[in-house]
Amino acid sequence: MKYCVLVAYVPDTASIIKIGGAGNRIDEGGIKWIISPYDEFALEEAIRLKEARGGEVTVITYGPDRGSTGLRECLARGADRAVHVMGGEATFGDAFAIARVLAAAVQKAGPFDLILCGIKGVGSDQSLVGAMVAELLDVPHVSGVVKLEVGEGSLTAQRDVEGGTEVFTAPLPCLVAAHKGLNEPRYPSLKGIMAAKKIPIETWKPADLGLDEAALGGAEATSRWLKLELPAAKAGGTILNGEEDPAGAARELARLLRHEAKAI
Amino acid sequence: MGCILTFVEQRGGVPRKASLEALSQARRLAQGAGWTVCAVLVGHGVKERAGELGAWGATTVYVADEEKFASYSAEGYSAAIVAAANACPPAAIFMAATITGRDLSGRLAARLRVGCLADVVAVSLAGDRVQAVRPVYSGKALATVDGGNSSPVVVTLRPNVFPAEGGGAPAQVVELPPVEATIRSKVIEVKASEGGELDVAEADIIVSGGRGIKAAENFALIRSLAEPLGAAVGASRAVVDAGWIPHKHQVGQTGKVVSPSLYIACGISGAIQHLAGMSSSKVIVAINKDPEAPIFKVADYGVVGDLFQVIPPLVEEIKKLKQE
Repeated sequence: MKYCVLVAYVPDTASIIKIGGAGNRIDEGGIKWIISPYDEFALEEAIRLKEARGGEVTVITYGPDRGSTGLRECLARGADRAVHVMGGEATFGDAFAIARVLAAAVQKAGPFDLILCGIKGVGSDQSLVGAMVAELLDVPHVSGVVKLEVGEGSLTAQRDVEGGTEVFTAPLPCLVAAHKGLNEPRYPSLKGIMAAKKIPIETWKPADLGLDEAALGGAEATSRWLKLELPAAKAGGTILNGEEDPAGAARELARLLRHEAKAI
Repeated sequence: MGCILTFVEQRGGVPRKASLEALSQARRLAQGAGWTVCAVLVGHGVKERAGELGAWGATTVYVADEEKFASYSAEGYSAAIVAAANACPPAAIFMAATITGRDLSGRLAARLRVGCLADVVAVSLAGDRVQAVRPVYSGKALATVDGGNSSPVVVTLRPNVFPAEGGGAPAQVVELPPVEATIRSKVIEVKASEGGELDVAEADIIVSGGRGIKAAENFALIRSLAEPLGAAVGASRAVVDAGWIPHKHQVGQTGKVVSPSLYIACGISGAIQHLAGMSSSKVIVAINKDPEAPIFKVADYGVVGDLFQVIPPLVEEIKKLKQE
C-alpha cells in the first residue's frame, strides 16, 4: 500500500498572535513553527498502517522554506519520502488554491491507495483542504476520523458528530482527514532522526505541477484575507471572594447571573 | 438581483436549529439588498414539510428527496446542492458550520471550483460581494475575508451566533429531478451517544471542568451544575488528555471553538489555547481557587474559592431561581 500524508507547518498553538505585514497577516517575528497537531494524527496513522502491513509513506507540504524542517521531522518519525512544494505566499489563506497545488502534487508523486491529512490546519482553521483535494482527485473522503480500519480495497471509518457517531465506508483510493482520538502520535527516535538526515527532500515549484502561482493568488483567487484584527479586550469582571463564605459567594453569583447578566 | 441559496440540514425531517440561523441571516442580508433567498433540502421523506422553511425566510425551497439521500454523503449532497444552484442560480451558498456543513462545504466548493468562507461569525454584503469575519488562530485574531473571484461563494456560519427568526409565508416547493451522483463514501450507521448528550458546539450554555476537579468521577459535580441549566459539558485539554472525558467535550485550540451565551469554567486555569476556544462567549464565569489564574482576566464574573464548596450551593440557588 502507498500512503500519502499532507502536512501543514503552522504557528505553535501557544503563540502570542500579533498583527503584522500590511495589516492582514500575523507578525511572524518570534513565532515557533510546528507540524499542525491534527496532521500528526494523520502521519502516525500512516506509519502504523505501514508497520502493520508494509508499504511506503510519502509526506507532502506546500509552503515557504521553513516547511522543510517539518518534513524532516516527519521523516524522523518514520515517513519514507518527502516532497516540499515551495511557495504559498500568493495563495495564503485560500483553501481552494492550496488544494489545487496539493492535489497536483499528490498526482505527480502518486498513485496512492490512501491519502491522509488533519481535519484542519491550526491557524487558518478552515477545515476545507482535505475534502477539496479529494474532490479535485475524484476520490471519496471521510473527515474528522477518530477510528480507521483499512481493508482490501476499502475502509471503514468513524467520526463524532453532534450527539453521536457516524460510521462510514468508502472504497480505496480515499482521503481521510484525521481528528484527535485516532491515535497517540509518537516522538521521533534518535535513530529516526539520524536516518532522516540521509533522505533527500524533493523540492518542487507550483510551475513544475503546471500551475501558475501568481494567477492562483490573483485572477483565480477564491478567498482573500482583507484585514486581520485582535478581538476587543474585555473590561474587568466582578470577582467574588468565595474562600470564607463559599455558599454566600455562590448565592451572589447566581443572583448576578439572573438579574444583572440575565444569563440564566 | 442576487440570490442566497441556503442548504438546510435536517435530521429525521426536522431542520436543525443552526440551519435556521443561517437561513434567517440570509434573509436579513437579502432584505437590505433586495435579494432573494432560496433553500435546498436534501434527504429522503423530507418534502412534506419543506414549505415550512418559508417561515424562516426562503421564498423557494428546492427539494432533493431520494432514497440515496437517506443517509449523508458529501458526494451525494454536493451533487444535490449543485442541481439546486443550477436552478437558482445563487451569488452565495450559505450553510451552518456544523460537522456536516464543514465536511460538505469543502467538497461542494471544490466541485464548483470556488472558495469557501468557513465558520464565519459575521457576514455582510459590500455591493454585490459577500464579506465575512471569521476567527482565526482559534479566535486569537479575527480575519475579514472575501471570496476573491468565487461565483458563487460558499459560506458556513458558526452555530449559535446568528439569531433564528421565524415569521413568514410558506415557500414555494420545487422538487428537483433525480440527481445524478456517484456516492462512494457514505454513512452506514449512526450511533447515538448515551442519553443524547448535548454537543458543546451547539449549546447555548456550557459548564466546563478542568484539572481543578481533581478526578474523573468529579465530572458528576460539573454535570450537576449543567443539568438545571440545560447546559452541555465541556472540558479543558488537560483532563481530556488525562482520559477523564472524551475529546468531543474539549474546548480550545485543539478542541472545539465555542461561543455560547454563558460559559462557566470550573477549575480551569485558562491556558492560552483554552481561552482561544471560548473567549468569544457572551458571558464568562470562572470558579477557581487561584486568584492569579488567567481565566479571571476574561471572566465577567468569578468566584475565587474551592469549587467543591462553591458548586453545590450554586446548584441549589440556580434550582431555586428556576422555580421562581
